[in-house]
Amino acid sequence: MDYVLQLKNVSKTFGEVAALHHVNFEVGNNEIVGLLGDNGAGKSTLVKIITGYHQPDAGGEIYWKGQQIDHLSVAKARDLGVEVVYQERALADLQSLWRNIFMGRELSNRWGLLDINAMRNETQKLMNTAMGFTSSAVTPESVVGTFSGGERQGVAITRALYFEAELIILDEPTMGLSLTETQKCLDFVAGIKQAGKSAIFIDHNIVHVYPVADRIVVLDRGAVAGQFMKGELTFDELIDRLTRLARTGSLESNPHTA
Amino acid sequence: MNSVAETRPLSPTAQRGGLAKLLRKYALQIALIFVALLIWAFFFWRSPRTFGAYDIYNSLMSTTPFFALMAIPLTLVVIAKEIDLSFGSVMAWGMAAFDVVFLLFSQTNPQLGVYLGFIACLLAGLFAGWLNGIIVVKLGIPSLVATIGTQFFWRGVVMVVTNGQGLGMTPVRETILYPLLVGRIGGVIPMQFIWTIIFAIVTWFFLNHHKFGAHVYLTGDNVDSARLMGVDVERTKILTFAIVGVAAAFAGFVVSEEVLFLWPTLGEGALLNTLASVFLGGTSVFGGTGTIFGTFVAAFIIAIINPGIVAAGWMAYWTELIYGLIIVVSVALQAVLRRRLG
Repeated sequence: MDYVLQLKNVSKTFGEVAALHHVNFEVGNNEIVGLLGDNGAGKSTLVKIITGYHQPDAGGEIYWKGQQIDHLSVAKARDLGVEVVYQERALADLQSLWRNIFMGRELSNRWGLLDINAMRNETQKLMNTAMGFTSSAVTPESVVGTFSGGERQGVAITRALYFEAELIILDEPTMGLSLTETQKCLDFVAGIKQAGKSAIFIDHNIVHVYPVADRIVVLDRGAVAGQFMKGELTFDELIDRLTRLARTGSLESNPHTA
Repeated sequence: MNSVAETRPLSPTAQRGGLAKLLRKYALQIALIFVALLIWAFFFWRSPRTFGAYDIYNSLMSTTPFFALMAIPLTLVVIAKEIDLSFGSVMAWGMAAFDVVFLLFSQTNPQLGVYLGFIACLLAGLFAGWLNGIIVVKLGIPSLVATIGTQFFWRGVVMVVTNGQGLGMTPVRETILYPLLVGRIGGVIPMQFIWTIIFAIVTWFFLNHHKFGAHVYLTGDNVDSARLMGVDVERTKILTFAIVGVAAAFAGFVVSEEVLFLWPTLGEGALLNTLASVFLGGTSVFGGTGTIFGTFVAAFIIAIINPGIVAAGWMAYWTELIYGLIIVVSVALQAVLRRRLG
């Protein structure tokens, strides 16, 4: 299988604390990877390494479409097409919708002058199609702080797809959403697959991850505890294993079969 | 995507609601203009002789720029969720640089000394502002603390460099800088007022129509998301501080020109009016919102209060009390508004 992203032997320590040790992790082309793990398992650290926010400790290697990346910075990750959708931190609440859609990628000429009309029009187009906003109360000038959780998630995912992200990282996208909004959000994730892109879907909620993920990776205490293709396990078996992990620190009843 | 598209055309109510929406969008600015008119009407009523004559407006136009020239760029810093308290000292530090360079040439070629001194003044201001930005961004020191520190530091440098002595600025009258910066158009409109308008328009343009301004808003609104979305928040912040530095040096030059003397204590009273202008103008101390228009109008409200109080026959001691009150009340209002929005 071709990988869009591969991490080899990645560790990360903050002072005395080892957040990740010797993690191997990969995402295939057009694959949705569910990343499960308890609080403190290292999910956020892993994401921040993939997005260039943190650098891995010496010895860790990062490959993008087979090419090794020396120093992955935030700007470089974005150029490659890594896009993060954070629940809380994706949007600037006091700014208008169009400013959020084009955050950090404003349409401008070579003198840096903004093309505000083009950004407004594009935003309106996206609202009518991808975002499914039909209420006339919402315009490109609307301040996103007034949107509901599901709408905000929709804005962030639409933004990622609009800018042709290759790999979209969803960090607990369903947290705090109502049932219908969660469903809407999961539809957006399915949309990523249909658009031919890849995604890493991080959540503690197995119920949400299982239906949309192709493969599930379980992280525990800074290391990969195991991974399964979705076909290998039923939902109930997955739950059993995760419960076992929480109790014993191992996913398998007999570790040698892992 | 599968959640596509009940595309519905905008309903006619949306079109009709346009005016109401516009009013709501500019509510703060409209309210501010009303406040300004109200205060003016009040003072006019109390002392029609003073406020019915041209003199008071001439004096407002010539002295308001002393702090409005700094309040306008300071708005950028506050929108980016930082603060600068050092600009008063930077005014004097810029002039200290002028002093040193000018004295080198005062015997041989005073005109050249003035021009080089002016350039040195602006560069000194730029450096001081840039240094504020570096301290805040690279060392991670809260700007409130960092700029209190640089405030004392630059004042100290000025005292050391000038030995606490002033300098006559009359040689500048022989250069074009004098009519250009503090001359009177038609003997009536002070040039510094024109410069304030130019500052306001240029800053407004960059804030609203340039990437830099967009990044200033995003940085102040949510620094994490801005950084994650690839906005260079560090460069943006440093730039805002640097702009305030240059503007402060420029303002220092203008003040010294207007009074034709360089006082080493230059800028010591500038802090209160400047901050009050920014906050009264509706720029949020919590970052992410604010307008240049607001600061511009607020600066003149602040400026009219002092002569208004004196002309009304009250003691000038009230001025400081009112300025302090304005800062507290406008910041408190922002806190209340913010809580209602969130």
